[in-house]
Amino acid sequence: MPTQLTERVIKILTETQHLDPGRVTAESTFEELGIDSLDGINIVFALENEFGIDIPDDSLPELRSVQDIAAGIEKLLAGKGEG
Amino acid sequence: MSRRVAVTGLGMVCALGGNVDEARKALFSGRPGIGPVTLVNPDLLKIRNGAEARAFNPDAHFEAKEQQLLDRFAQLALAAAAEAIADAGLTFTGGLGARTAIVTGTSAAGQTTVDDASVELYRHNAPRLNPLTIPRTMSNAAASHISMKYGIAGPAWTVSTACSSSNHAIGQAFWMVRHGLADCAIAGGSEAPFNLGFLKSWEAMRVLSPDTCRPFSKERKGLILGEGAGFLVIEPLEAARARGASILGEIAGFGMSADAHHITMPSPEGAAAAMRAALENAGLPPEAIGYINAHGTGTSANDPTETQAIRAAFGPAADRLAVSSTKSMHGHALGAAGALEAVATILALRDGILPPTANFLSPDPECDLDVIPNQPRAARVEAALSNSFAFGGLNAVLVFKAPAAP
Repeated sequence: MPTQLTERVIKILTETQHLDPGRVTAESTFEELGIDSLDGINIVFALENEFGIDIPDDSLPELRSVQDIAAGIEKLLAGKGEG
Repeated sequence: MSRRVAVTGLGMVCALGGNVDEARKALFSGRPGIGPVTLVNPDLLKIRNGAEARAFNPDAHFEAKEQQLLDRFAQLALAAAAEAIADAGLTFTGGLGARTAIVTGTSAAGQTTVDDASVELYRHNAPRLNPLTIPRTMSNAAASHISMKYGIAGPAWTVSTACSSSNHAIGQAFWMVRHGLADCAIAGGSEAPFNLGFLKSWEAMRVLSPDTCRPFSKERKGLILGEGAGFLVIEPLEAARARGASILGEIAGFGMSADAHHITMPSPEGAAAAMRAALENAGLPPEAIGYINAHGTGTSANDPTETQAIRAAFGPAADRLAVSSTKSMHGHALGAAGALEAVATILALRDGILPPTANFLSPDPECDLDVIPNQPRAARVEAALSNSFAFGGLNAVLVFKAPAAP
């Protein structure tokens, strides 16, 4: 079962990319969803607003799947809690 | 009709200096003009550095009343055009004004004025805006002011193709003169990107470097925005010789293409097609070119793509080319980039010194060209290319030649 955080990431990807509901799963990669670099910065923009975080520019190339994003956000949220 | 086209005047204002001579010294010593952003409150920015034209003092060029009418992009253009026209030693009397063209390039035009108006309107709830907002903002403002100031009444217009704007402008002016549609042209471009709205929009693209611009270097992290203007005075070589003008160089060819690919990602095929078209237009084989002033933005996408494109267009000759990105010093001046780089390329050919790619740390196997790292190079080169590739995949390439022996 996807976690709540993963569900939110899936929702953002589905909405920003105008994908059919159910198409994006916890295992989806950018490649199979046809997401390019410009789509990527658009998704990151939506994620920053959704989670109230700043995602550094240099982490973008590492974000290639739903799991990458969820893990990255978890780390950023944890950092935010400590700060 | 086809005539050889000489460059007889140069003008330039940018992060490297307030005129051609100052900028030339910086280019030929590999000294970047990149520093902390001061024109916009840095507390509101993620980026720290830019390439501002710090030597440019509007009061030295314009009365207070004139400044009211001129956005910074038009001020920079007028200053550089004035230098180029004085350099050429031309006056536009005796009918020459009517046979002279003006072609200017800009991407953002009067964005700073728009940004100021937005603050008035939405933050201060101003009931009315400055009545000069429209004449300051319009993209053709620079072309119009140059025309009025010098009485130049021939064909005049403005090209806006993002980062290729100036090369498209200079290329079209070149063709006008070459084919007898004009007997002289003032061509170049200007850009003033330092306003909050535009900088935040660029930040959102995530292509700006947090520190400096390192084109073709493995450690590159993106581009540094720059401001400035560059202008050329061009005329038929025969006419220039007849009036005893000093010939700074020649424009020998111009080529364009569209990637038909992606709105922000470049394609090597499109860039290579524009370089091939420019060489064909100049009637030169790849082997005749000794130097390329690259588009070289310092982004992860541009530099390897441009390397592939140069290899595709030049074949084995690519390994005998010197290639540098002067954006490492004057920043990426967007719609003025081609104009600044045209001036840099003409100076390089005339003086026999190739400007380096500054801020270079270590080679990237994906950018395996001779990129003249950090140190300028003394080298006599007969012909050079200057590349401009834009978001939206619109490519424009100019071919320049060293001043010919009389």
